[in-house]
Amino acid sequence: MSDSDAKDKPNRRVFLKMLGQAAAVSMLASCSERDREAFFQQHFKELSKADLAKVLERLQAEATEKTISQAHPEGRAASIGVEPAMPGVTFGYALDLSRCVGCRRCVDACVKENNQSRDPQIHWITVLEMEKEGGVDVMHSNAYYVADTVPRKGHFYMPVSCQQCRDAPCVKSCPVGATWQEPDGIVVVDYNYCIGCRCCLASCPYGARHFNWAEPHIPPDEINTNMHYLGNRPRPKGVVEKCTFCIQRVRKGLYPACVEICPTGSRKFGNLLDPDSEVRYVIENKRVFILKEELGTHPKFFYFYGV
Amino acid sequence: MRLVILTAAALAAAVGCARSRAESPPAPARVDAAVAGDGDAGVVGDGDGDGDGDAEVDDGDGGIAGFNAGPIFASSSYPVPPPPFTEGVFPCMDCHESIETDPTPRTLVDDHTEIKLHHGDRDRWCFDCHNPDNRDELRLASGRTVPFTESYRLCGQCHGDKYRDWRYGIHGKRTGSWNGKKQYLLCAHCHNPHAPHFAPIKPMPPPRRPGRSK
Repeated sequence: MSDSDAKDKPNRRVFLKMLGQAAAVSMLASCSERDREAFFQQHFKELSKADLAKVLERLQAEATEKTISQAHPEGRAASIGVEPAMPGVTFGYALDLSRCVGCRRCVDACVKENNQSRDPQIHWITVLEMEKEGGVDVMHSNAYYVADTVPRKGHFYMPVSCQQCRDAPCVKSCPVGATWQEPDGIVVVDYNYCIGCRCCLASCPYGARHFNWAEPHIPPDEINTNMHYLGNRPRPKGVVEKCTFCIQRVRKGLYPACVEICPTGSRKFGNLLDPDSEVRYVIENKRVFILKEELGTHPKFFYFYGV
Repeated sequence: MRLVILTAAALAAAVGCARSRAESPPAPARVDAAVAGDGDAGVVGDGDGDGDGDAEVDDGDGGIAGFNAGPIFASSSYPVPPPPFTEGVFPCMDCHESIETDPTPRTLVDDHTEIKLHHGDRDRWCFDCHNPDNRDELRLASGRTVPFTESYRLCGQCHGDKYRDWRYGIHGKRTGSWNGKKQYLLCAHCHNPHAPHFAPIKPMPPPRRPGRSK
């Protein structure tokens, strides 16, 4: 191709570039102010104070709109907190396999506390039923057991949720850094930065991450308005979500919702750095194991036998 | 030279080991502060709730005699809700005041017939736990009495390992704050003392299988 050709002929590359720009401009012009702001929102950790305030205001307005119902025509005011990690705290969890009866109360409480989609259904906790004779055998476990009463004879139950790994494969696999581990050990997701590639779903060995394949649906009156930016605020379609140890509760000193609801007291939660905490007592005095230890993910979720 | 270092290291390890053994089991600071009742009625060691160790360590039974002096529900040394009485049965002495105490083990036919004892039933009956002289109290094997609000002392006589774990917050449910005030439950809130096996419960519905929306 000679120089004169390049000057005279309409260049294919330039044409496509212009076409793309025109499309982008027209799309942005046609979308609402809110959508535009959301589209250009910075990563949570890079937001300035002023920007964060603006972002929270927008998200709270959106969340409040989701609570509009017949009973509350104005909606209920949603508050999205950004409480930081407490210094000197690393959260840990312990679950007593000898006491869990598989009643799924924790699943239900988690769904309600953390505003998980009812349809399509998302559960952060999966309760696995296994045969006592087979021991902990996740491959042959059953999450869909139906029973009049539990525990069923000859079976035991193992709830599995995010193990809050110290060396989390999901964090490593995220191509955009939308998920990371907080200083208190909680692995969180910035739903506004997640691109929905689902690399983390593929890399998580515990099936603990869940993707919003469709627009999440929650009855407006059931939305929990006590929210955290990195936790239970409403998620859009196309992003990944996971257990955050109820970040909106534990950073205020409360137990996670699953701990509070468990009728058998199988669930223990606390600060791994506090020698007097319940989790430390469990680790120091009970028979403890972690799930899929051989993978080297170093979970902060410990299963133990209390008897 | 190497031998000297090795010996020194071994010695240090042994000393360290012995020290840690001397320290174990670790005193449950938060709990002991609450247990250490020195006789005052009222909520002992719970006033500040921080368990800062200013209360003396409980010797096991020390606080009990004193607790009896106080009003029965105000003298809880652990933060527990009121005992789960059947409505209208407490205080027991409202009825038992006028009934003569019959110390013979027997099957009750007139009252309390709903109680089916499945708790070592062949070796046990009412007055192994209930105080025959004052039915508003329980009685330990030692003869000391405890209020219903401290029934864990009674249960702990046989179930010592569970009692220990309960005090540390491991056996049974805790609610409240992981770094602050906790709500304990009495043994009887989850286990019927007359038939303590944890009753089976109905589970919540299973998750929907993937690919079947609605």
